[in-house]
This record gives sequence, structure tokens and C-alpha cells, in this order.
Amino acid sequence: MSEVIISINNVIKDFGSVRAVNNADLDVLKGEFFSLLGPSGCGKTTLLRMLAGFELPTEGTIHIDGQDVTLSPPNIRPVNMVFQNYAIFPHLNVAQNIAFGMRKSGLSKQELHEQIEQMLELIKLPGYGDRGSNELSGGQRQRVALARALIKQPKVLLLDEPLGALDKKLREQMQIELRLLQQQVGITFVFVTHDQEEALTLSDRIAVMNQGNIIEVSTPGSLYEQPQSRFVADFIGTMNFFDCTLKDFSDGIAIGEASELGNVKIATPQTIVSPGNEFTLAVRPEKFSISFEQPDQQYNSVLGRMGPSAYLGDRSHLYVHVEGREYPISVALQNLTGVLDQMYTTDRKVWLTWSDDSAVMLPMEG
Amino acid sequence: MIRTRSRLNTLSVYAVIYLIFLYAPVAVLPLFSFNDSQYITFPLLGFTFKWYAQLADSQGLQNALINSLKVGLSVALLSTVLGIFAAKAVTRYRMRRSGLLISFIMVPLVIPEIILGISLLMTFSVGGIKLSLITVGIGHLMLCTPFSMLVLISRMEGFDKSYEEAAQDLGENAWWTFWRVTFPIILPGVVASFLLTFTISFDEFILAFFLAGTDATLPLHIWSQLRFPDKLPSVLALGAIIVMVSTVVIFAAELIRRGGVDLGNKSKV
Repeated sequence: MSEVIISINNVIKDFGSVRAVNNADLDVLKGEFFSLLGPSGCGKTTLLRMLAGFELPTEGTIHIDGQDVTLSPPNIRPVNMVFQNYAIFPHLNVAQNIAFGMRKSGLSKQELHEQIEQMLELIKLPGYGDRGSNELSGGQRQRVALARALIKQPKVLLLDEPLGALDKKLREQMQIELRLLQQQVGITFVFVTHDQEEALTLSDRIAVMNQGNIIEVSTPGSLYEQPQSRFVADFIGTMNFFDCTLKDFSDGIAIGEASELGNVKIATPQTIVSPGNEFTLAVRPEKFSISFEQPDQQYNSVLGRMGPSAYLGDRSHLYVHVEGREYPISVALQNLTGVLDQMYTTDRKVWLTWSDDSAVMLPMEG
Repeated sequence: MIRTRSRLNTLSVYAVIYLIFLYAPVAVLPLFSFNDSQYITFPLLGFTFKWYAQLADSQGLQNALINSLKVGLSVALLSTVLGIFAAKAVTRYRMRRSGLLISFIMVPLVIPEIILGISLLMTFSVGGIKLSLITVGIGHLMLCTPFSMLVLISRMEGFDKSYEEAAQDLGENAWWTFWRVTFPIILPGVVASFLLTFTISFDEFILAFFLAGTDATLPLHIWSQLRFPDKLPSVLALGAIIVMVSTVVIFAAELIRRGGVDLGNKSKV
């Protein structure tokens, strides 16, 4: 097992009467790319700022690399931060910005210069040392902010939505670069984002937060495929939910009945049911297959009629109306052929099917 | 097209009239300071430097100038330092009722100076404090600190506190964070505050009138000279010099302010 580098124990943060972080309990492993993901106001940035030392916990403790830093000021913590707006010092040039934290490093001028050059190589901005901070583009500022933090060789690098200000293309490019950089330097990254796709792309593990609580901590794959709560299932990607009643469970196969779907069959190691044997069935849009003939299966199929559809290039989003259901079912299809398909015309009758290992059982909420 | 042009012309005419209104009285000063007559009347009699020469000989004037410089520089320095503290407190800490506090500090701006002068004079005499340049300085400090605060608060509000957080994050304590990040970024505001408060103190008359002891400041000296008609032309010469120097200082201040670091917002105005 990897070594724990950050240990957050029962941390609570109150701002006046508002609880920003509620009882956070979390371990981050050494060398991990760890993301804090949640909607705005969920407490993820407050938690990050407590790791950096800009906010002090109301209760609980924070250990970094075995040291209790709960009440330590930011300047003595073995962490560095990349700010949301990058906070590139406007009165200093690129090299001076990168060298800012090295005043007490004891390096000679020559050694420091070499390190700055290495950093500029690392962030792919060689020769940019003399540039003024206002001559940089958004992506370049972000890289300089990274270099300025990484030259300090922190135990942990904290990143507060660093890609939020960039346009989509650049953001996707920076995601890849950030991931490569993290693997190259081997430093633990704690990354705050509200963009679930970004968190899935980058992270080894993700903590999903909502209203100050950490809801679930897991790998991107398991958060997406096997979410443990309706909030996580809904927040990450798109999900169709159906109310069901459990009829039978044996040998890892659960049989249920949904008023909108008929009989359903789920492969699951254990059942999660609320009182009255009720549960929520969750199916991702891409798990559905679509056909015009009635399929030859007793379970996991439903008749609907085509609603609106959207062509997205690599895939199409279809909406299928099912009798007795308020919202249409969201279905995503890969556009596997180049044939422009006119078959999914509105109101056409279609059958949706899905396999028993592609649906998830969730406890019923609310 | 035509409409724009004619509008521009009206505007130019207005601007010219406005500038004449502003500067004609000021221009009278240098004009008569070179006139070879002690009476302020047209026609001008001839060109002379003798009033300027007279200035250089006047011991009283030189003392007054030195006094004013002493008071002005000390007041500018102190009020700017106080202004930095206040601006930092108001903009950086979660302070309760900071609005009320600011209003209290701004009160000297709206109290008539003559009232302020009398109350300070009473306070000093009750406290048994002898009038001197120091008491003048204290009066000027009351007057100037609100101006420093206004200038510096607006500068501090304009820059994101994440710069200071970044400095702390990179290992600096509060002291070094101030000198390596905060001060360089607010420097244009500091210079503006210094020059503004110096100017206010340098030409302040009413408070100085009440609070000066035997040492006159420059405005007091000028006023005392006006009683003697033969001294009037050299007062004009002095006035001309002051106008010249002030103009240079104001332009310098504006240049420094514009040359200041851009705070990330695109506009440089």
C-alpha cells in the first residue's frame, strides 16, 4: 500500500453560522493525483485552502507528511498552491516570478539560474525568463504558476480550478500536460474542480463533495460505473433513474419491478434497498441498445417512442418517451458508420434494452 | 460625419474657454513678476529679474521655505504610512463596522478648517503644549491622513489578495510579503499619496495660522509680506516659482501613476 501523505481527520470549518466543511475525513496517498469535485459552494475550495493554511479548521486535524500542520501558517507548510487566477506577480518578470520562493534556498545565483532554466524547459516556455507578466497568455500564466510552485519541490501541489479560465481546446490540452507533468515530477497533486469530465480525465482518485460533506471517495471508473449514491450518479455524467421494487435476490442477481420498465434484472454483489424493498435503478445513456423489433428477452427491455434527438458528431443523443414516465429516457449512441441515419424519426416506436451488468442499484432518496 | 465635426468644434471652443478661465489668473502671476514696477497695473513697464533676485536675498523667506519643507515632508511621510496601515486593515481583514470607522476618519475632511484650527489650538493650550512646527505638523496630519487613506484604499481594493497569499504560500512571512509584493504593487498609490499630502501641507494656511509659534511656514510668510506694498512683486515671483514647481510635480506624479504595474485589468487609465 502506498504511504499516506495528507491525512484530514474530522475537519469542520464554520464561517459564522455557515458550515462550509462538515466532518471531512480523508487520506491522500503519496504520488496520487487526487481531485476534490463538487458543485460551487460545496466546500472543496475551503478544504483546499485549509490544506494550504489560508483557513484554519474550526475542529479536527490535518497532517501533511506525518506533521500536524492544523494551525501552521502557510509559509512553513510543505505544500504549494496554483491559484485560480494564477496570481502571477505583476511587478516581476517570468524568471523573477519562478524564483520568488527561492530567497532562502541558499542556492548560488548560478545554481538558481540553472534551476529556473530547467523549470522553463519543464513547462515548455524556454527563453521566456525575461518576459513581463502582462505579456503572457492565459495558458502561459498557468504554466508559470506551476513552475513557481514546483521549483520549491513541495510534498503536495494544491491546484484551485487552474483550468477554469482557459477555453475548451486549451483546457483539454493543459489537462493532458498537467497529467504528464504530475507523472514526471512524481509530486502529489490535490486538484479542485467543478468540472466532472476534467476530474475523470486527470485523477487517480476523486472525492465528490456536496454541501460541505464528502459524499464518496473513489477512482474515476468506479464513481462512474458503480456510484454509491444518487447524488454522485447524477453529478458525474448523465444518468437515468427509475423507481423499483425488489422481488428476488440470489446468486448475485437481483430481480425487480419498475412501473416504467417492467421486470428488471441486475447483476450486483449485494442489494441496497430502502424500507418496503424499494430502490432506485440507474442506467447510463450509453448502456442502452436500440432496436425496432421487439427483443426476445423477459427482462431489461422497454417500449418507447422517439422524442427529439441531437447529432453531436461522434455520437447522437436521443430521447425516448416511455409510457407513465414524466421525463424521456436519455440514450447515447455511437455513430459507428458514416451513413446519415434518418431512421430515428420522431414518434417512431423503438425498443430499448440493456444488459444486467450495466445497471446500478442505488438506495431510494427523498 | 459633418455632425461629428461641428460637435467637435463646439467642444473645442468650450474647452479653450474653460482653460482660459482656469489659467488666466495663474498666468497673471509670472507676467507681473517680470514687470519692472512695484504696481500691478497695465501697461507693463519693462522686463526685469530683480524681484527674483530679491527673493534670494530674503532670509525670512528662506527660513519659511525650509519650515514648510520640513513640515510638508514629515506630514507626507507619516500620513502615507498611516494610510497604508489603514488601507491594509480595511481591505484585508474581516473587520466589523469598517464602514463606520472609515467615515469617522474622514470627518476632518468636512469640518471647516477654521473650526479644526480653533479646536486644536484650544487642545494644545489646555494641554500646555507650546506652539511650534510640530503642532502645525499635527494639524496637517489630521487633514492629510484621510486623503492618504482614500488614495491607498482604492489602490489596495484594486489588487487581488491572492498575490499576497501566493507570497505566503511561497514561504514569505507577513513582513517580507509586504515588502516583496504589497509595496511594489501599491507603489504608485504611495507616491500619489505622498505628493498629494505634501502639496496639501505645503500650501495650507488656516491651520498653520492658528498652530504656528514663532516659526512661519511659507504661506504665513507670504501673507505677512502682503502688508508691505514694496514686497508685493517679489511675492509674485515666489508665486510664479511655486506654480512652476507644482506643475512639474503633478506631471511627474501622473507619469509615475501611469507607469505603475498593471493590475491585470486591461485598462491602463
